[in-house]
Amino acid sequence: MSTPTIEDAPQAGNPHSAGLDAAESGKVELITITVRIRRFNPEEHPDAVWVDYQLTVDPKIRVLDAINTIKWEQDGTLTYRRSCAHGVCGSDAMRINGKNRLACKTLIKDVSPEKPITIEPIKGLTVLKDLVVDMDPFFQAYRDVMPFLITTGNEPTRERIQSEEDVQRFEDTTKCILCAACTTSCPVFWNDGQYFGPAAIVNAHRFIFDSRDEGAEQRLEILNDRDGVWRCRTTFNCTDACPRGIEVTKAIQEVKRALVTRRF
Amino acid sequence: MAIETTGSVSGVELTNAAPTDPSAFLIEPPRARTKRTGRKSRTNFEMLAWLFMRLSGVVLVFLVLGHLIIQLVLDGGVTKISFAFVAGRWASPFWQGWDLLMLWLAMLHGANGMRTVINDYAERDTTRFWLKVLLVTATVFTVLLGTLVIFTFDPNIS
Ligand code: SF4
Ligand code: FES
Repeated sequence: MSTPTIEDAPQAGNPHSAGLDAAESGKVELITITVRIRRFNPEEHPDAVWVDYQLTVDPKIRVLDAINTIKWEQDGTLTYRRSCAHGVCGSDAMRINGKNRLACKTLIKDVSPEKPITIEPIKGLTVLKDLVVDMDPFFQAYRDVMPFLITTGNEPTRERIQSEEDVQRFEDTTKCILCAACTTSCPVFWNDGQYFGPAAIVNAHRFIFDSRDEGAEQRLEILNDRDGVWRCRTTFNCTDACPRGIEVTKAIQEVKRALVTRRF
Repeated sequence: MAIETTGSVSGVELTNAAPTDPSAFLIEPPRARTKRTGRKSRTNFEMLAWLFMRLSGVVLVFLVLGHLIIQLVLDGGVTKISFAFVAGRWASPFWQGWDLLMLWLAMLHGANGMRTVINDYAERDTTRFWLKVLLVTATVFTVLLGTLVIFTFDPNIS
């Protein structure tokens, strides 16, 4: 598909290094930035296009603030998801300068604002409009690993006790906010959306290694599938992308190891 | 496509603005997950293939490097290789076994690697199927031919 780029207003000239230096020292000095957004509206045009927006902002604001400013002051048709604006809900994962990040956790000064900042929808899921993608296949993979406590026997009358060590075994993977940044940064997923993807495996890991849970065997069996963990090529894109700093690739490797040691 | 813009609102000049069914235009990725994806597999084939890649890879490092050093570096290098040299080596069961193991491991390792590449990149099921048929045919042919040669090699052939 062609990706025409729209250039209009004069390019931001010098690299506003003064503004960036000021940002590092806490002072406020406005800079002019170009935000280049990949827009797509299937009701109007079959192709996605790049559209540039010029803004004068404090480099310490977040990319989400910049997008909000564009929507509120320049173009109300710009469509994207956001909710909490504080890195908790996981709804505003997008591809910023070619890397998956949460717009609400990324500061303008950290994404080379001297150059146009490119913003695209996350890859590998159907784009519905502008930055909004169809998350259904992503959540289907999540559901398929049974992300809930599975136990046998009677309910205990008190809470299920767990030692600190047992908690640490899976603590890292409890931090997931299901933003899909990892899964949509995975080249295997880009080429074959039937792969479970890192996020589903992270959430399976969270229960497989939980000492209170008894469904590990079933989940391992599911991930032993053709589209399961064995498709992982240890590219580490997922670990790089995760806004919660979860060691995603490590979690996937631990599931692989559990599968191998379970069989031999 | 010529697009003019003012940089913001309604910047895109639409060449073909008659709205049709939007779903006709959605940017779809190849092979999305559906409710039917993710059935359990009852075999450990993928796991065994994965383990085989790791183990055969380690063994092949020694076999192939040893092979290259013996053939191309020691004893005058590549110039020494002749029919007599090969015949001399294959007189020993040790070198027969080495070459046989190298042949099988390298072919299966390579074929399995190609299989994952096909699984990753071939989008349509029929394309995948025929690429795999081609791959299996080539692999079986090469492995069988090589095995046959190693075992039926006749040093006195004229
Ligand atoms: S593992 Fe990290 S990147 Fe992946 S969905 Fe969870 S929070 Fe997002
Ligand atoms: S808006 Fe909730 S995570 Fe960014």
